[in-house]
Amino acid sequence: MTGITTITSTVTASFLASFVEVVEAFTIILAVGLARGWRPALTGTVLALLLLGALILLLGPLLALIPLHLLQFGIGVLLILFGMRWLRKAILRAAGFVGLHDEEKAFAAQADLLVRQAADRRADFLAGTAAFKAVLLEGVEVVFIVIAVGAGRGLLGYASLGAVAACLLVLAIGFLVHRPLSRVPENTLKFVVGVMLSSFGVFWTGEGLGANWPGSDAALVAIAVLFVAVSLLTVRLLRGSQPGRIGATSP
Amino acid sequence: MTVIRAAIAELIGMFIDDGQLALTLVALIAVVTLLVKFAGIGGLAGSLLLLAGAIGLLVESVYRDARRKKAAD
Repeated sequence: MTGITTITSTVTASFLASFVEVVEAFTIILAVGLARGWRPALTGTVLALLLLGALILLLGPLLALIPLHLLQFGIGVLLILFGMRWLRKAILRAAGFVGLHDEEKAFAAQADLLVRQAADRRADFLAGTAAFKAVLLEGVEVVFIVIAVGAGRGLLGYASLGAVAACLLVLAIGFLVHRPLSRVPENTLKFVVGVMLSSFGVFWTGEGLGANWPGSDAALVAIAVLFVAVSLLTVRLLRGSQPGRIGATSP
Repeated sequence: MTVIRAAIAELIGMFIDDGQLALTLVALIAVVTLLVKFAGIGGLAGSLLLLAGAIGLLVESVYRDARRKKAAD
């Protein structure tokens, strides 16, 4: 029986992680659309979505063939690696050792590149490829996140719901503001997502190893609290070791 | 081809940023798995060992990178 804690954590992790990825893809699509036109932007986007859909249809049924304990263990290991990468970077960013990601800069860099390519006879193709690449690369991460947080307990439907909600929200906000979503607190989101994915990773790997976690699903919350406490303490100690350090921004 | 290469690089990059952290995490998971399967330490004890080790490796990786960045300034 899957508890409300796991369902809530699954939907939240999938929503937040997908939100961050979709914001990054949206910035590139917007840059292509405004600098080169919506035809290459939408063509690249639709082709990438079709390729992602084909990948899901092709690989999705294979998941059902893997024994549950092995699936939990494998996904857990990948989630530990994936989540730790996000959390590590978020800690370094919060402490000022790595520049914060700036959607305005990413937008400007992409738009500038497209303007420089305008004289090229393949300009539309290059613009479409940029949109295709952005959607495909960020989309692969979204697909992995949905599978990783959902497959361990048969919650792929809930995880997909979180990802779809994130896509729709980014599109709705983007449609309204018609500019890069630079006011989204990306590093805070990445910090939270890093904590959640790392916690899921340890939890699933533990289940795969045969652990009966005390409190069952509630152990997931305890693991997350421990990750948050250690991460915040690390940020505080690092900031204290070099008080004048202010992180720059990067595209 | 460039797009496929970029997709593969991105796929690998999803899991590996700091190579040393990724390698030590995989080694930690392997050791814990061996301890659970062959030394009989129990799934929960192994999982708690994994949790403690993962947190320790994360902090070490962050401090190593911070030190490197400080030295580069």
